[in-house]
Amino acid sequence: MLQEVLQSLPQVLVDGLTLGAVYAVVALGYTMVYGILQLINFAHGEVFMSGAFIGTAFFILIMGMGWAAEIPQFILLIIVLVLTASITGLVGVGLERVAYRPLRNAPRLIPLITAIGISFILQDVVRFIAELFNGNYIVTGPSLFSEQITLKASSISSIFFDARIKTSFLIVLGVAIVLMVALDYFVNKTKWGTAMRAVALDRETASLMSINVNKVISITFFIGSALGGATGVLFAVQYGTIDPYIGFILGLKAFIAAVLGGIGNIRGAMLGGMLLGLMEMFASANLSLLTGGVFGAEYKDVFAFAILILVLIFKPEGLLGKPTAEKV
Amino acid sequence: MTILEVNSLTKQFGGLTANKDITMTVEEGKITAVIGPNGAGKTTFFNMITGVYQPTSGDIKLDGKSIVGLKPDEVAKKGISRTFQNIRLFGEMSVIENVLVGMHTHLKTNLLGILLNLPFTKKEEASAEKEAYRLLEYFELDHLLNEKANNLSYGAQRKLEIARALATKPKLLLLDEPAAGMNPKETRELTEVIKRMGQEFNVTVILIEHDMKLVMEISEHIVVLDHGEKIAEGNPEEIRTNPKVIEAYLGSAAVH
Repeated sequence: MLQEVLQSLPQVLVDGLTLGAVYAVVALGYTMVYGILQLINFAHGEVFMSGAFIGTAFFILIMGMGWAAEIPQFILLIIVLVLTASITGLVGVGLERVAYRPLRNAPRLIPLITAIGISFILQDVVRFIAELFNGNYIVTGPSLFSEQITLKASSISSIFFDARIKTSFLIVLGVAIVLMVALDYFVNKTKWGTAMRAVALDRETASLMSINVNKVISITFFIGSALGGATGVLFAVQYGTIDPYIGFILGLKAFIAAVLGGIGNIRGAMLGGMLLGLMEMFASANLSLLTGGVFGAEYKDVFAFAILILVLIFKPEGLLGKPTAEKV
Repeated sequence: MTILEVNSLTKQFGGLTANKDITMTVEEGKITAVIGPNGAGKTTFFNMITGVYQPTSGDIKLDGKSIVGLKPDEVAKKGISRTFQNIRLFGEMSVIENVLVGMHTHLKTNLLGILLNLPFTKKEEASAEKEAYRLLEYFELDHLLNEKANNLSYGAQRKLEIARALATKPKLLLLDEPAAGMNPKETRELTEVIKRMGQEFNVTVILIEHDMKLVMEISEHIVVLDHGEKIAEGNPEEIRTNPKVIEAYLGSAAVH
């Protein structure tokens, strides 16, 4: 049995890292907003989904023009990523303005319910637009980066099988890592990043130190939603077919990743996402093997939620979070 | 020259009147103290000047212009900064980052510059760090630069709060009980710093303080509040002998 687990390990690692990178970038959106507003923005999964649709629409539009074939795919991807991220970023800022800011001082349960309402609205708006233009809300985008690469893991040691990857996997992983490094730099080294951390620690004091809190919150939503939207594009590139409901389960998983890493902690979200992706892929490859066929690969979602429950019971502050004493 | 002008300022919380009809002026460059027994409304008064609370009625003018209705960050940009009675540093951030937060409004770089990492942005960030370092040097905190603010000693945290407030380049600096909880040596040092500070940073200081030795030593003008009302005003000598003030602090029996 161990041998079979090891054989599939290279493939599990490749798939797990890619999925983990997607979780990690989406988790950043949850964790940034939570850090600053103590709000779980459940609409974030839908922002991700909107990004997937907007990106696919751009791809279809641009590829429809004859000259687009001349552009290298990679350049095309970057253009679409930037455009989509800007749009979803603005969507995020708009959501905060319309749905969350008026409730800033309301009990915390109320914006949470609003967030769920917003996610239904986004799902249905996207579904409506997709059906209007496409005739069907399930959309398949152009196939990009579909060459296969074989990772010769068997040459390292004969225990491993070779891993097969599409170029898109590398693109997803690469772009996600660039986004995470850039965000880390932004938050830790720049003026607005410092302001963001100050607002997260103490909103009132930050405003007394001349920081415009509303602006910082808008920037936070812009960046979180832009990252989410960009990841949506990557998801669409990798999986090809999307529907308006992909944001729900992926958003929940990214939320689990954020909790696993310690919600409110940016590096924690990255770590949590990567870990969750790896664990989930490992589970889906090996669950039926390890349990003698009782549980199959389709239980991988249950596995992810079991992780959430375990984290909440045994380490509710997450891997990198700090336990906070209840203030009396 | 008058820098701050407060006109019949009143603040009510429901039925409770925290500040009632306070009128006072602060002269530029003169250290002014606001004193009074616990619960006299001193901190509420500070909170109205800094925009945290909106006054129920009355007016506050900085350099002749009303600042009532402005949000705290807008007031801060006009040139009023403060420290807090209970230390409110950004505890999880390093000492120098706390000061850099204070400089926020004076960094001109915009988001585009940050995203593209333009040379101007880099240069400005480097010079901001130098400036922050000089401020920390002044308060003898430079060796603690990268320490988390939470790990500093109490006295050092108090000094860091002042350094952070000065980083906003205020015209007017409000110190809310700067010596609270300090030992006598730390208080002496602080007294010296406050005295020198006004000149060096070109800032007018208003302070709330319970340490009468400190107040009498450094204030040029003292305002006494009791039960939310101004009961006396004057130089240290006048306040020391004012029967109303003695009554407020020690009870009426002390006067008669």
